[in-house]
Amino acid sequence: MANFIGVAPTIPSSLLDSHITPRPDFTTCTDPSNFLIPNVTDPAFYCRSNFASASGDKDAQQVVKFAKGTTTLAFKFNEGIIVSVDSRSTMGAYIASQTVKKIIEINPFLLGTMAGGAADCSFWERNLGMQCRLYELRNKKRISVASASKLLANTMNSYRGYGLSMGTMVTGWDETGPQLYYVDNDATRLHDNLFSVGSGSTYAYGVLDTYYRPDLTIPEAIDLGKRAIYHATHRDAYSGGINNLYHVQADGWKKIHAIDVNELHYEFADEKNEMVA
Amino acid sequence: MSILAYNGAAMIGMAGDNCVGIAADTRLGAQAQTVACTFQKTFKISDTIFVGLAGLGSDVQTLSQTLKFRKNLYELKEERTMKPKVFSAMLSTLLYEKRFGPYFIEPIVCGLQDGVPFLSGMDLIGAPVFTDDFVVSGTCTANLFGTCESLYKPSQNPDELFETLSQCLLASVDRDALSGWGGVVHIITKEGVRTRELKGRQD
Repeated sequence: MANFIGVAPTIPSSLLDSHITPRPDFTTCTDPSNFLIPNVTDPAFYCRSNFASASGDKDAQQVVKFAKGTTTLAFKFNEGIIVSVDSRSTMGAYIASQTVKKIIEINPFLLGTMAGGAADCSFWERNLGMQCRLYELRNKKRISVASASKLLANTMNSYRGYGLSMGTMVTGWDETGPQLYYVDNDATRLHDNLFSVGSGSTYAYGVLDTYYRPDLTIPEAIDLGKRAIYHATHRDAYSGGINNLYHVQADGWKKIHAIDVNELHYEFADEKNEMVA
Repeated sequence: MSILAYNGAAMIGMAGDNCVGIAADTRLGAQAQTVACTFQKTFKISDTIFVGLAGLGSDVQTLSQTLKFRKNLYELKEERTMKPKVFSAMLSTLLYEKRFGPYFIEPIVCGLQDGVPFLSGMDLIGAPVFTDDFVVSGTCTANLFGTCESLYKPSQNPDELFETLSQCLLASVDRDALSGWGGVVHIITKEGVRTRELKGRQD
């Protein structure tokens, strides 16, 4: 790691002599030197104090700010996995977009969710997709969710302290059945039945923990997924827009719906009025 | 983060033909957390004066009561009704009284003075600006200026003014995370005040 600064040391010097800009090699992204790194004594410190894409307002003092703010959730039940998200992207109080796709289709059997820095999530999950494809070609079989999530966690581990911001759930169906992992920028990697990530996650957990059962039917599970997202978008200023919901099954994921959460507000209000009446 | 943006707000005052209107959102939040969706930010001072108070929620309530009190005291002492211009000046001095520990409010005043629209806005220590088209305040003033500059026309009748105010407010708050969740519009004419509630996005 002597030559930590600058482009990847693997690039032959003959290439550098030419006028072609060397392309970083992202196939094995375990080395931060694949990117041009600031020429300072402690590049990690420099990056996290100037280019941190932190959630919340941790980048308020920073010149460079990034789009963020989210509610995402995923839970495992007897019929597979439900992945449900909102679609709002904010920069401070300004709503940058109401139509973000926060569920990333890594391949027909793998889904990733997006929370934290928009660019960090999309880039590294796309990169994960490529690593998964290479695994398929090399081993003539699909990668397990455990391995896929670990590839992402390993990448995050190699960039620890650089100020990346990513809170993601990697889900899919492999030889061992439906699987759900949480991976974040600290390289935390957790395996469980239920997760919610983002600024609105506390509201989603409230609904999810109240109504979740492993023996939910598919329509019940879909309803729970959209209900939890709706409540989060209603109470959390940084969540909103559209509810995108996917169901992971044995033969791959299926997109179930994309509904404007404002319509859900009146749907649930009518339901409440009927209960009272 | 500024304390002025702690609770979130969006409001517009706009002049029409012998009428004036004020529109505001109804959200009260604690930063990202939406606490109430029916919070009052516009206050009727008299049949021809409305004030909109954008800023810290507790100061909105304190100031609305102090303003009503001072306006009543003025009318008892002076034995005449208060005009919008006088009310605006009173509000300005009231704010400057707290120059070194201000109310965290950026108010707007909308009124009809002898049938002619009166509009003013000020910062939290009472520096007034007077306009004859529109005035905005709150956490999404950039958005509000954009929509108002686009949709404002001079000499609108009360119905047109209501439509313009509603569209300006709703379009602006849909691009602001801290305001929205419903709105209210008051149209002030010589004949009286017409108040209507707006159905806004609930996210």
